[in-house]
Amino acid sequence: MRYLPLTDADRREMLRVIGAKSVDELFRDVPASARLPGKVAGLPDHQGELEVERAFQAFAAKNVSPANAPFFIGAGAYRHHVPSTVDYMIQRGEFLTSYTPYQPEITQGTLQYLFEFQTQVTLLTGMEVANASMYDGSTGTSEAVLMANRVTRRHKALISGGLHPQYRGVIQTTARWEGFNAVVAKTDVDGFEDLIAAIDKETSCVVVQNPSFFGHVRDFTKLAEACHAAGALLIVVVTEVVSLGLITPPGEMGADIVVCEGQSIGNGLGFGGPYVGLFATREKYMRQMPGRLVGETVDADGKRGFVLTLSTREQHIRREKATSNICTNAGLCALAFTIHLTLLGEAGFRRLAELNHAKASELADRVAAIPGVAVVNDSFFNEFTVRLPKPAAPVVEALAAKGILAGLPVSRLIPDDPSVANLLLLAATETATEHGMAPLVAGLKEVL
Amino acid sequence: MVQSLDRSQGRAGTAVTDATAAPKTFTGNRALQIEEPLIFEMGQAGRCGVDLPEPPKVKDRLNGLRRGGEIGLPGLSEPQVVQHYTRLSQKNYAIDMGVYPLGSCTMKHNPRINEKVARLAGIGDLHPLQPISTVQGALELIDTLAHWLKTLTGMPAVAMSPAAGAHGEMCGMMAIAAALDARGERAQRKIVLAPESAHGTNPATAAALGFTVKAIPANERGRVDLAALKAALGPEVAAIMLTNPNTCGLFESEIVEIAKAVHEAGAYFYCDGANFNAIAGRVRPGDLGVDCMHINLHKTFSTPHGGGGPGAGPVVLSAALAPFAPYPWIVKNGDAWTVAEEGTAVAGTPFGRLKAFHGQMGMFSRALAYIMSHGADGLKQASEDAVLSANYVMAALKDVMTPAFDGPCMHEALFDDSFLKDTGVSTLDFAKAMIDEGYHPMTMYFPLVVHGAMLIEPTESQAKEDLDQFIGALRSLTERARSGTAVEDFKAAPRFSPRRRLDETLAARKPILRWRPSNNPPGTDPLRQAAE
Repeated sequence: MRYLPLTDADRREMLRVIGAKSVDELFRDVPASARLPGKVAGLPDHQGELEVERAFQAFAAKNVSPANAPFFIGAGAYRHHVPSTVDYMIQRGEFLTSYTPYQPEITQGTLQYLFEFQTQVTLLTGMEVANASMYDGSTGTSEAVLMANRVTRRHKALISGGLHPQYRGVIQTTARWEGFNAVVAKTDVDGFEDLIAAIDKETSCVVVQNPSFFGHVRDFTKLAEACHAAGALLIVVVTEVVSLGLITPPGEMGADIVVCEGQSIGNGLGFGGPYVGLFATREKYMRQMPGRLVGETVDADGKRGFVLTLSTREQHIRREKATSNICTNAGLCALAFTIHLTLLGEAGFRRLAELNHAKASELADRVAAIPGVAVVNDSFFNEFTVRLPKPAAPVVEALAAKGILAGLPVSRLIPDDPSVANLLLLAATETATEHGMAPLVAGLKEVL
Repeated sequence: MVQSLDRSQGRAGTAVTDATAAPKTFTGNRALQIEEPLIFEMGQAGRCGVDLPEPPKVKDRLNGLRRGGEIGLPGLSEPQVVQHYTRLSQKNYAIDMGVYPLGSCTMKHNPRINEKVARLAGIGDLHPLQPISTVQGALELIDTLAHWLKTLTGMPAVAMSPAAGAHGEMCGMMAIAAALDARGERAQRKIVLAPESAHGTNPATAAALGFTVKAIPANERGRVDLAALKAALGPEVAAIMLTNPNTCGLFESEIVEIAKAVHEAGAYFYCDGANFNAIAGRVRPGDLGVDCMHINLHKTFSTPHGGGGPGAGPVVLSAALAPFAPYPWIVKNGDAWTVAEEGTAVAGTPFGRLKAFHGQMGMFSRALAYIMSHGADGLKQASEDAVLSANYVMAALKDVMTPAFDGPCMHEALFDDSFLKDTGVSTLDFAKAMIDEGYHPMTMYFPLVVHGAMLIEPTESQAKEDLDQFIGALRSLTERARSGTAVEDFKAAPRFSPRRRLDETLAARKPILRWRPSNNPPGTDPLRQAAE
């Protein structure tokens, strides 16, 4: 077996040193009833690289790659072009095959890029401090609610009807089993929701998304003021982080915690994961943050260096009193994010955002011109909602049969609300082309 | 034999090995060790590492919320970015470089074919919400991995979506809470039992779900004290959370009796599967009586640790807990795969949703490639080699270091610090000295139940000659520690790493968590000072 360096002669010699007759002796603590006579039955034996690769090619052949189809799906995961440098750099073994930087003397590479990552996240979100990443945007949002509950010592979260339905689902699951109240506003298709009247003295936080799940761009300054007047925190979720190149950041609107899905920068679609959650807050709440934090310090020679810090918040020290049970984060995806954002820089990131907005604007105008189709949004970034004259799910299936991946029928994620049945969510990034838009428009005309 | 580097006795004769005595260079660099600023100290307006087309002018639809002012991102060209991150990478230790014996973390070889298949067009570039008809191969891939995990563990079901081990713990304990709920016993059963040696995530998870954690003692053999466990069980106990093999690297020899007692008391058995790599392909946890167990794909099945993530933590479930598995469920209807999401009827009552989309697909691909490469025969051999290597290290060091427990260990060898008693050298000093020998230190001070713990997990990936050199290095360090003449050297270690010991107290007392122009005003920047 190509991964196993020990030879039979090595094994015999090692057993001799140990003083055991066979490897079975080393497993003697396994109860007799659980000892298998040999290998686990019903599974194939080892295979060479060629065979394994063939098996994966066969899986791939049964899917439709977005590279081979007009593609307009977003809804929390966005198709962007990632420069070749990113994927090359993150596959350097020193990054890829290193562990959590618990020994800072020999993991300054990881620690420094995480410090750069934390800084980039504060700049994008307009916040003061950020952690070294969460699993993804959805779990990060749930952690933000838990943090708000800790900060305010209250147990009622108010959830916008414009929040991604699966993010809402994660919060509701956490609420149900960890024991707090999650009040969900009704689905906010039009983007006019006003949550201020619903805030009360029990409210720990209000959770909104910008742009919303339906694509609307909102100013949450007044909502932030109302939250603060009531002693609650405002949590702003951003599922398309590229939007921060063009839209006023949540920090400038008064957000207390900002959570982003960072997938768009540096990370491919990957069928939903792994992604990278960005988590930022105000300095005064720093010690209530979940997850790892990297801080600057000096070494014994007085040279600048970086370490994991404030770990007394974390489970390996605090155990049942930890701010979160989180241990693993999304280190390598954070590295991809950091490298891509560094390649973009100020000018590139802003231009990327402009391009996305321009492509989506073009698509919105073209789709709006189709008879019977209405664009719901007045405002959007790179994604918007359209109302079709009939249910969207079969329309999307019919277009898929023509080789067009035409956006998300909202009913897939909100199945219990008949009023959304005809809604289709369309996204256009810098990867959208005329060769993609024309077949989409023609296809929609045909199937409607 | 390495010469003593006692600084208090001057530097005579030590210049060859004492890097701190070397003359300063103009740059502050030392050959391949290159001092690297932060990207924020490198940027120039007008530089950019990507070429994007001029955006067409369109009517702004941003609701008047166009971002003003500078974001503050630095501008670098592509070669600068490549050099910067290459230089940073060279400040890291990694499995690709050598023995990485971090106990409980399982730093085994990360094959590159796993990276390749995870990135294939049609796998790595799929959108999670594409029409189900266009992702049939992806669902089949996930189900193929699920089949392996179920068969290897002897369990009937698996929840694939948890993003990491701790997330898997949350999944398993929520399933247990849901099952108790269905029995109408959730309010009554509020206690979770866990050994004192448990991973910190276990009590953190149980506490987050509102359970009270009660520690159960270990016996003198490092295993759960069965009598004490039986005494602790009762109608108020929801579950036991037990790692097996346990965090002392020992198989819980009475695990079948433990499971039986737990079940007779009406509680569930959560098994922390962080150490499944010791027994995968050789023992099925289902045969031991567990109700659920998370599998760290980044440990047992070698998806890369990536500097701390991402991971994946699928949870295998017994028949009693399977109906409560979270959304999504991947189900086969005839020849076609479907994803059952919220609103779709399934054969159970899912407790909710743990994350958006379907789980860590990129990790699934890598783990499946690893599993298929090994096969049933190779997985068994890998577990045996991991256990053999740990016992070999234990046997080769037991006369100079002090094993915490007698008898064979599983995949990791645990030592306490009594061999360092009265030497003036601590576990930390000993570990830091390993860095200068070219090794990543073992896990230190965990598990908490052993004084000055040193947990060594060699894994199956190291050749015998590399283990022998590692053993030789440790024997040499023990000799130096006990010689009584090298205490200052141990306290000063490491000397040859990109940074020497870092001031963690300062970092925590005055947290600097981001770069600001004011962090290092001109003339005070330690990097520049080093260069000057």
